[in-house]
Amino acid sequence: MKRATNTWLGLSILIVLLMLSVPAAGFAQGSDPTDDDVNAVAKQLYCPVCENIPLDACGTAACEQWRGIIYDKLKEGWSEDQIKDYFVAQYGDRVLAEPPKQGFNWLAYLVPGLVFAGGSFLLYRGFDQWKKSAPAAEESAKKSLDEDPSRDVYISRVEDELKKRSGGSK
Amino acid sequence: MKKILLWGGLIVFLVILGVGLFRSQQGQVNVGEPAPDFELISFKGEKYQLSDLKGNVVVINFWASWCESCKPEAKDLEDAYQSYLSRGDVIFLGIDYVDTEPEALAYLEEFGVTYPNGPDLKTSISQAYRIRGVPETFIIDKNGTIAFVKIGPFQSLAEILSIIDPLLN
Repeated sequence: MKRATNTWLGLSILIVLLMLSVPAAGFAQGSDPTDDDVNAVAKQLYCPVCENIPLDACGTAACEQWRGIIYDKLKEGWSEDQIKDYFVAQYGDRVLAEPPKQGFNWLAYLVPGLVFAGGSFLLYRGFDQWKKSAPAAEESAKKSLDEDPSRDVYISRVEDELKKRSGGSK
Repeated sequence: MKKILLWGGLIVFLVILGVGLFRSQQGQVNVGEPAPDFELISFKGEKYQLSDLKGNVVVINFWASWCESCKPEAKDLEDAYQSYLSRGDVIFLGIDYVDTEPEALAYLEEFGVTYPNGPDLKTSISQAYRIRGVPETFIIDKNGTIAFVKIGPFQSLAEILSIIDPLLN
């Protein structure tokens, strides 16, 4: 009884292993790509004819032809990278949704970060200076309020600030 | 030092932006300008270098199989090519813009086009001529200067001949 159980267990493991290995080989080549498979590649490409519309969302005849090429290449077993390389060789770098990280293209990656960092730094400095100047302005307002108690504290601060600015611009 | 770096960076950024804007607003290559040189490898594998064709009138037609307005002029261009074929000093080159090869070859067969045609690899030729769409045709005189630019399709064979004939005298 135990021997029979072991045989069945061994057979089951063998069948499972076979089942796991066969689909892997079958999926790599020959299977029909679905629309989702095509669109997964297409969304990473832009046709130069229809600017700013990714290939998966573009309805022109040119884009339809391109999706047809993606379908054919996927059916032949090409990988995503191979297909993208093919399109770059045919139509140039500008078909890629993300430009390759080389040469002048680095600007596209670096400039937004640098602008953001620069903007943040300027904002921080601006707020910092504002914060530092606030007690001094308050002090000066208090002083002018002591001189003339009928003045409003906020109006006094605004006037002092204006005086300071017009004095600074001269 | 910090200020110099900040202003320097800003100026470089603005220059890059300005150059990009200038290039995008430039429009096509104009009549009277030297024709930008290029190499075309035809669908049959033959190589054509524009600079080697000096001394000939060269008709460069940008087209695509998906372009509906290219179709009406395709036969007229072929007829014009045939009418100058025996002279040997008028070269027609078809440049297939952002197209797929099977459809392009089917298009050439459908309209009986026999003059050399090839893909615009990496869109380098269309970028050099700064085309805005297809069809566009550039006619280059025997000195390598752009003599005529046609945006959109030719209306008739007579129109094509009327532009090329004066360049042959």
